[in-house]
Amino acid sequence: MASDEHIIDLKGVSKSFGDKKILDNINLYIRKGEFVTLLGPSGCGKTTTLRLIAGFLAPDEGEILLDGKDISGIPPYKRPFNTVFQRYALFPHLDVYDNIAFGLKLRKVPSEEIDQRVRKVLKLVSMTDYEERDVDSLSGGQQQRVAIARALVNQPEILLLDEPLAALDLKLRKDMQIELKEMHRELGITFIYVTHDQEEALTLSDTIVVMDEGRIQQIGTPTEVYNEPVNSFVADFIGESNILNGTMIRDRRVSFIGHEFDCVDEGFGENNPVDVVVRPEDIYFTKKEEKTQFTATVRSCTFKGVHYEMYVDTDTGYELMIQDYDAYPVDSVVRLYIDPDDIQVMRKERTCNTFEGEMADETHVEMLGGTFECLPQAGLKAGDKVRVEVAFDKVDLLDHQEEGELAGEVHFLLYKGDHYHLTILTEDGDHLWVDTDDIWDKGDLVGINFAPEDLKISKRNEA
Amino acid sequence: MKKFLAQCYIWILMVLLYAPLVFIAVFSFTEGKVMGRWNGFSTRLYQNLFTGQMQGSSSLIAAVENTLLIALVSAAVSMLLGTIAAIGLHNMSGRGRRALTFLNNIPMINPDVITGVSLFLLFIFLHFTQGYLSVILSHISFGTPYVVLSVLPKLRQMNPNTYEAALDLGATPSQALWKVLIPQLRPGMISGFILAFTMSLDDFAVTFFTRGTIGLETLSTYIYADARKGGLTPELRPLMTLIFLIILVLLLFINVRQAKMQKSE
Repeated sequence: MASDEHIIDLKGVSKSFGDKKILDNINLYIRKGEFVTLLGPSGCGKTTTLRLIAGFLAPDEGEILLDGKDISGIPPYKRPFNTVFQRYALFPHLDVYDNIAFGLKLRKVPSEEIDQRVRKVLKLVSMTDYEERDVDSLSGGQQQRVAIARALVNQPEILLLDEPLAALDLKLRKDMQIELKEMHRELGITFIYVTHDQEEALTLSDTIVVMDEGRIQQIGTPTEVYNEPVNSFVADFIGESNILNGTMIRDRRVSFIGHEFDCVDEGFGENNPVDVVVRPEDIYFTKKEEKTQFTATVRSCTFKGVHYEMYVDTDTGYELMIQDYDAYPVDSVVRLYIDPDDIQVMRKERTCNTFEGEMADETHVEMLGGTFECLPQAGLKAGDKVRVEVAFDKVDLLDHQEEGELAGEVHFLLYKGDHYHLTILTEDGDHLWVDTDDIWDKGDLVGINFAPEDLKISKRNEA
Repeated sequence: MKKFLAQCYIWILMVLLYAPLVFIAVFSFTEGKVMGRWNGFSTRLYQNLFTGQMQGSSSLIAAVENTLLIALVSAAVSMLLGTIAAIGLHNMSGRGRRALTFLNNIPMINPDVITGVSLFLLFIFLHFTQGYLSVILSHISFGTPYVVLSVLPKLRQMNPNTYEAALDLGATPSQALWKVLIPQLRPGMISGFILAFTMSLDDFAVTFFTRGTIGLETLSTYIYADARKGGLTPELRPLMTLIFLIILVLLLFINVRQAKMQKSE
């Protein structure tokens, strides 16, 4: 399988469309023979990364290396890669045979050899006897097989797949996943796979690259990414999870949901705020009093096929999701514990909002494209460059955009057991983070205000 | 009663629309010099038309040849230009595309006389000798927008990834154009060609103003001149009947093709 030799290197790659930065300093290597998945929500830059590798786009900055050589100047038709497109992109005016033979005919391969190779690859995708068929007469799954065959027949060094299974129904998708995995094993070539489906990524990949907002969030094997997410985005995006605010008391001891737990993480300092992830299947029920770490009341219980999914309220007032093979009746009080191994501690990306601004006068500060009232600032005059800090829970969100000094949109939300942590994208493209008990939905338009006494202003030194 | 009136209305319309054509077709089978006088059934006029035994036959045949030549050449060039323009338009974004599509539509709505006169003035201004070339150029200028309009929907239906797929499989951009793009656009290009061809075939005003003084006659200008000389040459009656039938067949062909294509989608 994957050797240590790099086949593709992306070094400091950035790409913008107009004003919008799609990729921001992507660094990534792909080993020969590896099955790599670029995983992320729509708009995260995963497809753009694939198109850069394929050569349909050129990076604004950085370089893309193939076997150590820069390929920026090489057009797509000279790169030894082939792509399976999201909507198949078969040629409707050609039959199955001619679609697959297209690349070989261009390269003037002798017709007996074309014949041989087309038949072989049709066998590989289980489409023998379909040569003469019109591609429009095939089902979605069959078209996808032809698209894969059309790419593989050229014996590429790398197969690029852009959400190839997104248009298929669930059952077919599962079957195709297994077949793709087998094909990868059989052919031994490198697969670069783009998907937004985390389950697909976990099933197929040797390595998963989790992306969000044009940046790589984490690179790792499926088990690493699942068990040891590096931040709350990865934890939330991959699998189900309870993401909670915690405090690292000392090495191997962390407090969250109002209780202290042993854990296995070290090096986070003492009494530092952290994010804690506990997977719903890692919270265990017990009958023994000495094992009990906390108690909770079951609020709901839903059968999910293999397991039950329960929401419980802890004795300290936090909501947790638990998955277990046994059901516990609603309103019953249960005893719970978590293994130290199953507690994943993550460094907090930020502990409050920090903005850069400028004093307008003694009681007003300009930042984020608006002007805000603040308490009189001694020692600061108009025009001074300042840094403004606002605590997550001190941002006022308003139902109507026009009521706020700033207008924004709820971009991402995370439930943290007893409150929501929202990421707000302002109209000017700035981010701010808000802790709130109110329920908002992704995409809600909000007005934003700050109370004057909540702005903590300090002078910023010009570097 | 209401239904009966509605039926009558459509039949009256049909009669008004088609009576002149039927009239010409019927009187193409009689020898009378003056239209409207039935001298008994005869195919003499058809024979004359094809054997050339009639008064001024050589100039009539020449006019037919000119008409066909101009229509073929201008429709072919229009098809080429219009297809390229449509591909360009399709790949433009928002505002520019809307503006150019609007500009593309104007020549089609613009009255022929105005197009003719303005082209006439343009050729004079440029000291361009008027003759075959100026007529063909003029016909290209009003034929191209029709091709653009019939190719654009094909581009919209096309999976935009097929062009990239061709590049991905090793085709150079020009190979991708010929082997993948053009075959998918072909139905639209053919419809556009036929439209441009028929528009050129029956054009009078633009030809009249741009043919210059070398005595170039197309069918429409010939008939115009012939009618002013005192009565139409009788052989024009079978000729028009034939042209009408050819156009009818062409139209049926286009419609059947479109119906078939819609069905297969």
